[in-house]
Amino acid sequence: MSELLTINGLTKRFGGLTAVNAVSFSIHRGEVVGLLGPNGSGKTTVMNMISGHLAPTGGTIALGKETISGLAANRIALKGVARTFQLVRGLPSLTVAENVIAALAFGRQKLWGQAARTEALSRLDEVGLAHRADQSAQDLTYIDQKRMELARALAAQPELLLLDEWLAGLNPTELKTGIELIRSIQKRGVTILLVEHVMDAIRALCGRCVVMNAGRKIADGPTAEALADREVINAYLGDAHA
Amino acid sequence: MSRILSSALFIVIVAALACVPFVADSYGVTLGIGMLGYVTLATAWALFSGPTRYVSLATVAFFGIGAYTVAVFSETIPYPLLLVTAGAIGLAVALVVGLSTLRLAGVYFVIFTFGLAELVRQLVTWYEVNVTGTLGRYIFLPVTPEGIYWQLLGLAAITFLISWWIGRSRIGLALKVIGDDEIVAAHCGIDIARVKLALFAISSVIITLVGAIQAPRWTYVEPTIAFNPTISFLTLIMALLGGAHRLTGPLLGAVPLFLLFEWLSANFPNHYSIILGLIFIAIVFILPRGVLAFAEENWRRWRKTEIKNLPAVAE
Ligand SMILES: Nc1ncnc2c1ncn2[C@@H]1O[C@H](COP(=O)(O)OP(=O)(O)O)[C@@H](O)[C@H]1O
Ligand SMILES: [Mg+2]
Repeated sequence: MSELLTINGLTKRFGGLTAVNAVSFSIHRGEVVGLLGPNGSGKTTVMNMISGHLAPTGGTIALGKETISGLAANRIALKGVARTFQLVRGLPSLTVAENVIAALAFGRQKLWGQAARTEALSRLDEVGLAHRADQSAQDLTYIDQKRMELARALAAQPELLLLDEWLAGLNPTELKTGIELIRSIQKRGVTILLVEHVMDAIRALCGRCVVMNAGRKIADGPTAEALADREVINAYLGDAHA
Repeated sequence: MSRILSSALFIVIVAALACVPFVADSYGVTLGIGMLGYVTLATAWALFSGPTRYVSLATVAFFGIGAYTVAVFSETIPYPLLLVTAGAIGLAVALVVGLSTLRLAGVYFVIFTFGLAELVRQLVTWYEVNVTGTLGRYIFLPVTPEGIYWQLLGLAAITFLISWWIGRSRIGLALKVIGDDEIVAAHCGIDIARVKLALFAISSVIITLVGAIQAPRWTYVEPTIAFNPTISFLTLIMALLGGAHRLTGPLLGAVPLFLLFEWLSANFPNHYSIILGLIFIAIVFILPRGVLAFAEENWRRWRKTEIKNLPAVAE
């Protein structure tokens, strides 16, 4: 299997704080990998550097054979990286369909007019939101905004999809649908890196997990092994429980 | 259907306005020139500042560049080419300024654009005093007031068409996305800097052309006339009053305010700037999103109460 994402010595410092400290890992094409760790361990910052929202302080990120670290977010998006945000970012002055069309019109597909609308509706249908296509995005519930954001990410036709706690806040029924949805995205050949705290979801979706603590990678391996790792248990439960 | 209707209405209005010089006296034409000038300035200003929410006070920098280009080259370049030259200079300045300032956000951009207008004025003054040796220039061009009026009408119509077209095009969607959330815009693949630069350039070229077309009206120009900062402030208030986010917003702000300012400057020449300042403050505080948005909200509220108060139909 070939590697789609290769991260090497990735580091991010905010002033005196090293949020991400020399992290290296890679993801094969078609894999679903979990990025775990306690709050503040640097997961979102890693996502932000991959998508180009933040420039790394050090280290490299490559997509396929191409180095993408240091590129602007719009260039990285066109190379095939799409994401959702931990705190949902809808476009409130647009309709739900227009939110998706934004990714179609300027992303890799460059769709416009009727073609864009048709495509947007089928992306919305996929996340169960087609019936709200012409509503204003700001009238959506939190969960529906998350759905819309996923539809927008899918519309970009990504090779690598970054999901930052996309399943957080769903009720058990929604969680089941959400897991099925992510599975169906994977079946289409999209590689996925997901930050998640819901253990059931991680076990159901991720073949492999990378675990971080205080900016460092502390484990990387098949999910069951990574979760059983001594250092991982300590990181989550605190040293007192060791 | 409504599109055909509004296109027809647009053509009828432009045609009717084109007939004005045949019936109006010279004061009427002068008034028309001023009004069309400000309608175009406010619409062009809103083209960039409405969707991006970058408040620009550089209006007079470009307006003045247009006027000065005409003043400097009026004897060496034939007339239609003169406008092309002015537009090209405006474009060049807009690209340089845009590339260096569109990274600035919020109040820094406001201050920079204000400073830019002053800088250009000082540069022109310095050049005229030290190199040319005179401060003022005369403009002798065989352009009649009616000619200026028609040119401005043409420019205003083109500005509307550009603004309308942008609203329905891909770049219009890009602007809305940028206005909502720049981070999402970038992650959708939008090159934010390029979109803003393109809009700033289009807007600035139109503003430059307004200055260039109006210049022959003055006969005599000096930097303090052509680069008068009041022009920037008036344009801003007009666009804000009408609502910078709508196609006809700047128009609806420019017409009444222009007439009001004409009346004020004729009747209260000494207190003109104070009144101007007060109106400015009032608009920003009372109608921050413009008259159109205000009217629409109240119309909706009024309709709702009216429907509630309808007598029940007997069965
Ligand atoms: N833009 C930023 N500026 C300063 N500090 C930041 C910024 N983003 C994240 N941090 C800090 O970096 C650390 C890691 O944060 P984050 O990556 O959000 O963690 P996680 O997603 O694992 O909860 C935290 O201490 C956080 O406060
Ligand atoms: Mg996070």
